[in-house]
Amino acid sequence: MNAVAASDVAQTSEFIAEPYQPEGPTVIDCDVKKIFYGDFLAVRDSVVPVEKHKITAFIGPSGCGKSTVLRSLNRMNDLIPVFRFEGNVIYHGQDIYASNVDPVVVRRYIGMVFQQPNPFSMSIYDNVAFGLKLNKFRGDYDEKVQTALERAALWKEVKDKLKNSGLSLSGGQQQRLCIARAIATEPDVLLMDEPCSALDPIATRQVEELMLELRERFTVGLVTHNMQQATRVGDTTAFFSVDISKSGRTGYLVEMGPTRQVFDDPKEDLTKEYVRGEFS
Amino acid sequence: MATNPFQKADSASSITRPPSGGERGTDSVFRGIAYACAGIIVLLVIAILWELGKQALPAMSEYGLGFWYGTTWDVNKEVFGVLPEIWGTLYSSLLALLLGGVFGIAIAIFLTQDFIHQKLALVFRTIVELLAAIPSVVYGLWGIYVLIPVIRPVADWLHTNLGWFPLFGTDLSGPGLAPAALVLAIMILPTVAAISVDAFRRIPYKVKEAAYGMGTTKWEAILKVMLPTASSGILAALVLGFGRALGETMALAMLIGNANQISLSLFAPANTLASLLASSFPEAGAVEVQALMYAALVLLLITFIVNVAGLAVQQYTVRKFEGKQ
Repeated sequence: MNAVAASDVAQTSEFIAEPYQPEGPTVIDCDVKKIFYGDFLAVRDSVVPVEKHKITAFIGPSGCGKSTVLRSLNRMNDLIPVFRFEGNVIYHGQDIYASNVDPVVVRRYIGMVFQQPNPFSMSIYDNVAFGLKLNKFRGDYDEKVQTALERAALWKEVKDKLKNSGLSLSGGQQQRLCIARAIATEPDVLLMDEPCSALDPIATRQVEELMLELRERFTVGLVTHNMQQATRVGDTTAFFSVDISKSGRTGYLVEMGPTRQVFDDPKEDLTKEYVRGEFS
Repeated sequence: MATNPFQKADSASSITRPPSGGERGTDSVFRGIAYACAGIIVLLVIAILWELGKQALPAMSEYGLGFWYGTTWDVNKEVFGVLPEIWGTLYSSLLALLLGGVFGIAIAIFLTQDFIHQKLALVFRTIVELLAAIPSVVYGLWGIYVLIPVIRPVADWLHTNLGWFPLFGTDLSGPGLAPAALVLAIMILPTVAAISVDAFRRIPYKVKEAAYGMGTTKWEAILKVMLPTASSGILAALVLGFGRALGETMALAMLIGNANQISLSLFAPANTLASLLASSFPEAGAVEVQALMYAALVLLLITFIVNVAGLAVQQYTVRKFEGKQ
């Protein structure tokens, strides 16, 4: 055994980021101890507070676990049978991983927009009204649907074809439809998992502007592998990296702070290298 | 060999070259075979229609449209009508579709929506598909020796206690619509189940994620998202199953009772076009054969209409739900 290498290993695998002390009130206090997929340790030791009415950006190289952490915030990962979460995610004083919490309820309060646009194969109207019907909303559906589509900056384009299938729209429009669908029920938090990765630059710009508007009403968690996007819309940024020292590739939080500080004055060398574009 | 307009681009180091004459030849031979196969199918259908029409022509000119709504089939008086058979065909097939459809779709949901382990689901699916491999005559025998005795007490009870209800209006004398429809339902089950399973499998994972991401429970995800998404495939399954039920012959000839009557009762004997053909042909004289040919044409037309209508509905759902033009 090479003694130097061994000490390196010890150093990186024990590294735990200094916890970020948020300035404002938080909505979700996420404390990941370990996340497993089967035997594979995907993420370890990451404390990520999500602040109210702010956009928390998750950045880092591929496989660093940023998506995994985001998806743990509304128990989407529970769909994967071998997924195992150790730690706690406190949302309004309640650990969402407590045994008495139904993941279905968590997902109604914490909405999600996915990497690939995934409208349902039903009309545009029905897509947006889906969550309203699901929550047995009694009231003016037309108004709620219109408001959601307006907030998603899609109303003007689709107001004359609400009966058309959601799948007949272009990719960028589909993604905004998915955002409208997610915000129609006015969830507390909106999680966005690389929402622009399948979009062209114009649609990306529209969705980014949308995020900034949504921040006024909701709290947003955003995974992106586009660093410019994080600087454009992120209020706080959490930088994750991968730890290849052990048998698997385990992701962990390296640094978290206000976006400007993370990008302009990072505390960790690894962050510095990443934001300079030295690896990705 | 065609000239290569990019010859100048060839450098000593390049290994690109245009396809050779032989490669182009294979291409056109393959295209020819594909066209021929498609053409033969069309010709075959036309030939069958032509032959059937030719044989049925005397009966068609003799009985005309009256054949469709006539209710007697009397060889001695040479009076032929197939309304009871049309009724029996559609009634038994619809009942079978109702039962087989519900069970088939339920099985498809059970096998695809994470209720059981994938490997176990495969075993289940194979067993369901094995149902399709059982010969029709075996189904008929099973119906006579197992199913009829089993349903007889139920039928008797229903008739005695709920006899005022048209569906239970008569006694089950043995063969009848109920055993025939039940067996038919089992026979179309594998078709409906297998094609519905494929329809559910085709749904991308992201749709499931979207449903759960909205906070649906498992049943809400299945009923409100997965079923509508798979609807065009499920409709195709139902159309194919219905088509199979319409044309099924042997088991029905053994189980339906071959009675020339129109009754709403599930326990009354009835007849279908296919079983009329099967049971009458062996002893038919020249005139009856012509009438039977006409009946065969009627069956073919009904099947054709059902398939076209089913296809139209399916295309409509594809356009409506999936936004494809």
